Amino acid sequence: MTVLQIAALAAVAIGGTAVVVAPNPLKQTLVLSVYGMSLTALFFVFQAPDVALSEIVISTVGLPVMILLALRKVRQNERQGEREEEQ
Amino acid sequence: MSFLPFAIAAWLFLVGLYGIVSADNLIRAILSLTVVQSATYLVLLGVGYSQGGQAPIFADIPQTSKAVDPVVQVLVLTDIVIEATVTALLLALAVQAHKRFGSLNPEDLRALQD
Amino acid sequence: MSRRARLVMFGLAGAGFGVVLVLGLAGLPAFGDYKGVYGNVINGIGVTERRATDLVTALNFDFRAFDTLGEEFILFTSVLGVVLILRQMRGEQDRPSQREAEEHSFAGASAALRALSLVLIPMLLALGVYVVVHGALTPGGGFQGGVILAAGPLAVFLAGRYLRMKTVAPTIVEELGDAIGAAGYALVGLGGLVFAGVFFKNFLPLGIPGHLLSAGQLPLASIAVGLEVSGAFLVAFSEFLDQALVVRSGPGGG
Repeated sequence: MTVLQIAALAAVAIGGTAVVVAPNPLKQTLVLSVYGMSLTALFFVFQAPDVALSEIVISTVGLPVMILLALRKVRQNERQGEREEEQ
Repeated sequence: MSFLPFAIAAWLFLVGLYGIVSADNLIRAILSLTVVQSATYLVLLGVGYSQGGQAPIFADIPQTSKAVDPVVQVLVLTDIVIEATVTALLLALAVQAHKRFGSLNPEDLRALQD
Repeated sequence: MSRRARLVMFGLAGAGFGVVLVLGLAGLPAFGDYKGVYGNVINGIGVTERRATDLVTALNFDFRAFDTLGEEFILFTSVLGVVLILRQMRGEQDRPSQREAEEHSFAGASAALRALSLVLIPMLLALGVYVVVHGALTPGGGFQGGVILAAGPLAVFLAGRYLRMKTVAPTIVEELGDAIGAAGYALVGLGGLVFAGVFFKNFLPLGIPGHLLSAGQLPLASIAVGLEVSGAFLVAFSEFLDQALVVRSGPGGG
């Protein structure tokens, strides 16, 4: 195993733990993006460029957009509920 | 040392499971599911790796050079894109649940039983 | 069950599961010691048999094209589920009198964001088309290129207003792209059945490895999957955007 592979594995382990431990879903989304990039580096070092391309595209474009929009919708619902309660 | 990738995959799986179990918010559970999925990618790629092998793209290396296994890469590649859409479906369900029950806490969602 | 009880139970069950998992993974061959047969066979004959230099894409769309058909339809179905859930939610929420007052806008976009997004749009589209079409030659293919293509109209949204994105990629076009891609991939397989007797058998001329039009049906299948993936992601993005951006009129709207 090369040094690069060990370093990438360590980054992935720390990143995965950070995703689970992050305090709120918004911060979790940002950590998830960084975790996706560390996974990309890992896949690249494992001689899998196709997989690395797929992972980087999904974790920077696909997932964060949908999660952030879902979070925004949930917050909007909450504010709408509060407004209706006041009335 | 050669067991390290599988050990890290097992660690990621357990950490992701802990994240799902201890989530107080449905969206946290969905993001921890992503970590569990990445553990399986790591196991698959670790199985297919061959020491000294190159990427299985023969555009500029001779065809007889040693390359890693391309079959597991196919599985992981399509899996990554598809799990993103499944996560989208789960997020849509979470938004719907919040609208119905007013909260994203899994404990509050058991109002169906009462 | 209270949260504490749940965590304690997970601690016990997780420890047991972890032990079994590690024992199971320890039974695998050591990392780097690859003993499989199928992978080495494909590596040896892939380029000469299918004239494709990117063997991962060749496996995806040619050797194991049937699996990709199933996976592509999983993608199609889950986006269908997203559309069904969110459209039904949108329909029952908005009262008709408020529809005129709705305005989709991305408030707070700074000038730097707009300028950067404008520059990125043609680059994203060109890169997406390049990755899709060169699937047989270099790392890439339908799945990766499709998501890059879906990022193009998203950058239009970031650069301007939501309605501009709807002009560039109206919902009907996205849905059509999704459906045509999915059907197109199945039709490529049927072409193999009709012209060569076996479902998904490569029936187009194979060409020279390294040229753009090589590997028979691979560019066609790659384009079909790229269309489908980009359509599916754009449909999902549009549904979430419609949900999140509707600004209702009324006291302190949005």
